[in-house]
Amino acid sequence: MIGLPHYLLLGAFLFSIGLFGVLTKRNAIAVLMSIELMLNAVNINFVAANKYVAVNDVTGQLLAIFVIVVAAAEIAVGLALIISIFRQRKTVELNDFNLLKW
Amino acid sequence: MFNISAFSLYDAVFIVIAGVTLLAALGVVLLPNIIYSALSLILTFLGVAAIFFQLNSGFIGVIQILVYAGAISILILFAVMLLMNIEPGRTNLPTTRLKALFAGGGITAMFLTALIAAIGFTKWPQLQLITTDNSVEMLAEAMLGDYVIAFEAAAILLLASVIGAILIAKGVQEK
Repeated sequence: MIGLPHYLLLGAFLFSIGLFGVLTKRNAIAVLMSIELMLNAVNINFVAANKYVAVNDVTGQLLAIFVIVVAAAEIAVGLALIISIFRQRKTVELNDFNLLKW
Repeated sequence: MFNISAFSLYDAVFIVIAGVTLLAALGVVLLPNIIYSALSLILTFLGVAAIFFQLNSGFIGVIQILVYAGAISILILFAVMLLMNIEPGRTNLPTTRLKALFAGGGITAMFLTALIAAIGFTKWPQLQLITTDNSVEMLAEAMLGDYVIAFEAAAILLLASVIGAILIAKGVQEK
């Protein structure tokens, strides 16, 4: 009974939860966490499509691995940037990140 | 759509895992304390890993647990502990601007509706499932064969991002 559409629906809901977090959160770390949720949703879609559409292929799983690599790089640089801004501004609130505004 | 006789253990496992994963993801976004959000994020990662295991993609599931639930969540927790200078219960509040909140909810609702409609209206192929248990071998062959350039590029990206993260987090030395 459970098939590809159910996995895609799970991915869609997970992505939407992450999107809502990205759009409405004040804390920069919370925004990074929401982005991780969205990347995970994409991975679910890749792996599910790999299993149900391209059975004798592993391209979907390979793309999921590359997404994980890019996510790891992104979270490392993102957290480093937040730490660097926190050192100057003593805050992680996105509203206070207006260094480039004049 | 819901035929009880066709309801198997596989379906029940999927429903339980999907429910736990979505609840944990909602916790990440809605909990007011960011430490609870980070712990909820770990549960979400583990749920997604369970989904991968259920999809016969054990290798991706193990990578998910090692990289996401192991490394990335600890990195986030470290950053949270380093950067908390207000009371914990107010660290993960939504934006105070009501307009932004409604805009975010509206965009999310529209996006979700479009996705659900797209998934519902598409004719998905009904393929006979062949469970391949040598997917790790196939992954290795693909990764070091057709996709070797992407593999090397990913390695360089990781190296560059690690060096960049160290440099950015270390900061400039004031003379």
